Amino acid sequence: MLVFGVNIQAQTDMDGLMMAKRNLCGGIVVGQSKWDHYWEGTLYRNNLNIGTFQSQMAMAMANYGVSNKFNIIASAPYIENHSTAGTLRSQKGLQDLSVTGKWEFFGKGYKHAYVSLLALGTITTPLTNYVADYLPLAIGMQSKTASGKLMIDIQRNRWFATASAQYTQRGTVTIDREAYYTTEMIYSHLVNMPSVFSSNVRLGYRKNADLIIEAVYDRMNTLGGFDIRRNDMPFLSNNMEASRIGLNWKLPVPKIAGMSWMGNATTTIAGRNMGQSHILMTGLVYQGEFKAKNSPKK
Amino acid sequence: MKSLKIMGAVMVAVALYIGCKTEVVSENSVFPALEPLNADTNAGTWKPILLSKPDEFAVNNPIAVTSADYKLELLEIKSRQNNITDEERDMMNYWSAGVVLRWNEIMRELVAKYNLPPYQNPDGTYPIPSAANPLAYPFFPFANPPYAARAYAYLSGAQYDALVAAYHYKSKFRRPRPAKTDPSIKQLIPMTSDFVYPCEEAVAAGASAAILTLMFPGEQEFIQTKLTECTSARILAGGNTRSDIDAGVALGKAVAGKFIARARTDGAGKAVGTPTDWQFLKDRTEARGEIAWLSQETPARPPMLPLFGKVMSFLMDTTEVINSRPAPPPSTNSAEFKKELEEVLWFSQHPDRDRMKVVHFWSDGAGTYAPPGHWNDIACEDFVKQRWSEARWARNLALLNSSMFTAAVCCWDAKYYYFNPRPSQMHPDCKTLTGLPNFPAFTSGHSTFSGAAAAFLSHVVPNQASKYMSMADEASKSRLWGALHYRSDIEVGMAMGLAIGGKAVDRAKTDGAE
Repeated sequence: MLVFGVNIQAQTDMDGLMMAKRNLCGGIVVGQSKWDHYWEGTLYRNNLNIGTFQSQMAMAMANYGVSNKFNIIASAPYIENHSTAGTLRSQKGLQDLSVTGKWEFFGKGYKHAYVSLLALGTITTPLTNYVADYLPLAIGMQSKTASGKLMIDIQRNRWFATASAQYTQRGTVTIDREAYYTTEMIYSHLVNMPSVFSSNVRLGYRKNADLIIEAVYDRMNTLGGFDIRRNDMPFLSNNMEASRIGLNWKLPVPKIAGMSWMGNATTTIAGRNMGQSHILMTGLVYQGEFKAKNSPKK
Repeated sequence: MKSLKIMGAVMVAVALYIGCKTEVVSENSVFPALEPLNADTNAGTWKPILLSKPDEFAVNNPIAVTSADYKLELLEIKSRQNNITDEERDMMNYWSAGVVLRWNEIMRELVAKYNLPPYQNPDGTYPIPSAANPLAYPFFPFANPPYAARAYAYLSGAQYDALVAAYHYKSKFRRPRPAKTDPSIKQLIPMTSDFVYPCEEAVAAGASAAILTLMFPGEQEFIQTKLTECTSARILAGGNTRSDIDAGVALGKAVAGKFIARARTDGAGKAVGTPTDWQFLKDRTEARGEIAWLSQETPARPPMLPLFGKVMSFLMDTTEVINSRPAPPPSTNSAEFKKELEEVLWFSQHPDRDRMKVVHFWSDGAGTYAPPGHWNDIACEDFVKQRWSEARWARNLALLNSSMFTAAVCCWDAKYYYFNPRPSQMHPDCKTLTGLPNFPAFTSGHSTFSGAAAAFLSHVVPNQASKYMSMADEASKSRLWGALHYRSDIEVGMAMGLAIGGKAVDRAKTDGAE
């Protein structure tokens, strides 16, 4: 997910909304991420032998309401990475499957607001044997990950605020080389991946579950890792950081009940050992069972 | 509640996933202590590379083991052993795997650290690293493949000659181990020899530190720390006293001095060339009616070490290099060239995962220990199992690295004599599967290095010969599969490499070690 530069679970694991029991929502999202500057360590630079890096993505996702308080979300993206300069071959393929359990363990209406607390657990696993040790063109990190997230969502009338913090443990990655240099020589096919901490704040307007407009601030950083050396290429276990701001929307598609148009525009405002991604995503999601509405929210 | 059960199941799944995080153990950290099967006590009679005779550099007579000064030296060992810390024990165990091995690893690490092409100047030219100012960007050196091949060869060569001298003097002076004089001294690691003056580990360390300082002048503090650790480990282990070590480091440095003097005049300092040289190469190739090599980097980077083909290596002189130069590659105007280009293009456009694995295994590009470092890695892993004496370790690495140094010289001579274009230059969709090196195609460096290494290694570890040959073949093919080289480059490079490795084998048969 880091490669694409933003959490691409189509927001459903980022928002404070729950699907009602036995509701199924499915969708397709397409997106594009671009950068022509990146941070080599903390040095902000361009690279005439990369030109503009461009990542395109198409993702299938589904969200199922096991109960009103527990949802399961799954997604899998197909990614193609390309650079406009240099001689390196583009990479493409199916990336990682992501499965999230989302549990609203507290929800209460107060005089002025409805407050809910959510816990989320996500696991991801690579779906194909794509090459990871080929950054920035690799489509993924080839790491199995497990994340835990806590979230608070406060809604007053149609205005809301959501905040979440997530910790991700990333499994060891096997690369094709038998030795590599980080800040020292390591003679192994295995690469230790630093864990990731991320936080996310969202403020916006929502009416039911199909009209949402929100502003997002997102920050991620690895807990450890090393800096890219001067004029070197990036590596899997780099110390990566990114701060981003963006705008998300989800709007009902007229005359087709259950169909929503969603999208986001995100830009990177600070980073380390990562590209300064500018991201656009858009998609259609369809909610399969119409009788039950989304879980009650004031 | 149902959702709680599911959440519980999710937690278990998450816990299992966290179990995916395995500890990464660097394979060199678990090498066993060196216990030679044969002490090679006659190594003082083996033929050195540069020394005219084993006692070219004098070593003072040791003080008597009955003297008061020597008793003080024994006391130093006992006091260090009484106060040994866990950290010191780790350090001692690390060095016990063999000092020739460990200094080879240190060189590999420094090559990887310094193997990065400099960033361009604002005007689009490139700065050239300067040995006189190694700490200012661009750091000196840019430890690219030819630089690395030469550095490994000087390191191993100096280690070998220094150990020939050390074995000569050890047999001459026959000073016993400290524990023979004072049985209360513990021997904490296996002892590799009966006679300990001068300390052979210190001789190898002194020589290694001097060569590393020449090759990586910005790393003196790091190198000095390693030298201190290496020699301290000998005292902690109860293997040597202070005078064994001091005499050893001094001898090692003296022998290295001979290699350093040679390195300063071997032509490598001029290998970068000048803009006039670079233009000449292009003009000469175009005058033959051929398309000349162009850098595929932006801004165009000057070719890597174009005059390296004139450097004096250890196994062939310049005339032999020119006389053994391969016949030209297919003309860029020929049908044969077109056919070879199409083959590269096919591999470029069909990047199968299994082939990519081979391409990346052998990529050994920027930021790595370079192809000669990879072969040192492969060799050392097998050498550990051979349980050779330090002298034999050094001799075999010296010949291995001499062959790869010579391979670099011959390969660079051909590259710049023909100055032919890479496939990516000739076809816009000939995209590469790993970084494209900034020098001409013919012949393939990987193939030449690998042929030379495999031919020599097959001689000293014959039961692994078929493995080395198939690895060399893979290394060579990886450059075609990665769309970096034409078939001619890899086939002719391999043949050159095998012939050069054969020269190292010829020398091995006559140096007195077999």
